[in-house]
Amino acid sequence: MSVHVTAEVLMTKRIGAHQHLTLVAPGVGELVRPGSFLAASIGRPGEATAHLARRPLWIHKVQPMAGYGATVQVVVEPVGPGTRWLAGLAVGDRLDVTGPLGRPFALPREPVATLLVGEAHGVAALQLLAERLHERGCPVSLLLGAPDEARLLPDLELRRTARSVVVVTADGSVGQRGDVADLVGETLRRSEAQVVYAAAGLPALHAVARAAEEHGAWSQTAVAMPLPCATGLCQGCPLPVVAEDGVQRTVRGCVEGPVVRGDRVRWDDLRAQAAAVPGPVGSAGRAGTRP
Amino acid sequence: MSAVRVSGLSLRSPVLVAAGCGGRELHAWSPLDALGAVVTRTVTLDARPGARWPRVVESPAGLLHATGRPNPGLEGFLAGELPELVRLGARVVVSVAGVAALPGQSDGLVPLARRLGALPGVAALELDLATPEAAHQGLLSAEEPHAVALAVGAVVRELPPGVPLWAKLPGRPGVVAAARAAAEAGAGAVVVGGAVPAALPDGRPCGLSGPAIGGVTRRWVREVCDALPALDVVASGGVAGVDDVRALRALGAVAVQVGSVALHDPAAPGRIAAELAVRPSPSPDSRGGAA
Repeated sequence: MSVHVTAEVLMTKRIGAHQHLTLVAPGVGELVRPGSFLAASIGRPGEATAHLARRPLWIHKVQPMAGYGATVQVVVEPVGPGTRWLAGLAVGDRLDVTGPLGRPFALPREPVATLLVGEAHGVAALQLLAERLHERGCPVSLLLGAPDEARLLPDLELRRTARSVVVVTADGSVGQRGDVADLVGETLRRSEAQVVYAAAGLPALHAVARAAEEHGAWSQTAVAMPLPCATGLCQGCPLPVVAEDGVQRTVRGCVEGPVVRGDRVRWDDLRAQAAAVPGPVGSAGRAGTRP
Repeated sequence: MSAVRVSGLSLRSPVLVAAGCGGRELHAWSPLDALGAVVTRTVTLDARPGARWPRVVESPAGLLHATGRPNPGLEGFLAGELPELVRLGARVVVSVAGVAALPGQSDGLVPLARRLGALPGVAALELDLATPEAAHQGLLSAEEPHAVALAVGAVVRELPPGVPLWAKLPGRPGVVAAARAAAEAGAGAVVVGGAVPAALPDGRPCGLSGPAIGGVTRRWVREVCDALPALDVVASGGVAGVDDVRALRALGAVAVQVGSVALHDPAAPGRIAAELAVRPSPSPDSRGGAA
């Protein structure tokens, strides 16, 4: 279930490299599940726009606010024309959104140990998940990474749910120096997690899926890629997988994803298709349409 | 009431969803049973995996797309998409394409027409001769009038009375001759327009759709309607709102397909159909600007 509504910006706040937007989007918050996302239309509602592709945004938090129902918080990294427009919205501005969308994280039935791996603004996809896992009695360990401090999401609320936290930045400005992909195997071994959840760039997701295989754990990977329509219509977000019947298929990242079992993804094919497009290496979010 | 007759079929509304822009997913935001018809994504006899990434890229006021027509093939379509669309109350027009075949080989159109024409859930077939990247994708394309007539005739011969064939022809010089050839070969209607030939950033052939091409569609719809006033013309390409539909109807189109606007705003097809039902004709102040 999802709705298409005109949302209003209730709050907007710059934290590091990200803009955190709180939206009044009637009907969306009540339907959100961990790992679902919101598709934003770029441009003022009802007016012609030059930007037709949707911009998918992880739903970071859902908070009931007096008089507004369940507000929805999203995190925007302003790096292209669409995300810059979103980051520049002021309190009271309106935008069209569709959501919540996509296949969410699957939650374990038993209170098993879990590891949550987040990179840059992908960490936003893990907040609701951590809360749900905590409620179910699943011990939560965290591995959080970013290129630098400015792109590391504030993790105070996440830490409240966690048994252990490892932070890593590429430039060493916070936590260990290095990246998520290098640390995931060791962190998984120490956490004794039976399920790994990840929202990160493709190299890190690939490393998560591999480490989970090696340790006999399940992995749930949230694959970020450009989603031109985000609603399953345009066939513009091919995600190469191996289906349950063992046959290689290409599914839609927006509807059959964004969360897929790590052992089902053909990572080499996915990384090859991302690498074939000019843009920062391994950054699925920069391929094709400029975000 | 805003019902129209197209190729002898009575449709609830002149607003249709164009091929490749609407499936069962759209029903959540634009109820399919309130639209004139849903043209399915293009089906070929055998399944096609589709083109490599990126398939859909934003362009000013448009979308560049080269999906390679991913589809599950006839059998997969009959098992999955078609019954779903019928269940949701959609009037279903099945878009079909042949594959480029050597002389003596089958392009797949005859078996497609034979099977689809016999199904009660299929209102009409739309033969796609308008894919700008057809040759690049190994799909049948027909540009010269005699080639259009051959392809149309081959399909029409397999269809029972009461199941019309629509020929989708690219908007470009020569479309009047192609439309005349299609009509003489038995097409019940022509769909004029579709995507404009373009190239992706990496140079691969693709189509350009969206508001950017609205004026192109108007040009060719007008030429065909003026030259062949007895022929049912369905307009397709660049329709952004109800004023575009009214303008195209004023030029002689009996029905109008909406496409990329549904990718940007999945509620748009339903909203346009509802607005048109209330006020079918152009208002005096919108006529000058839109037409």
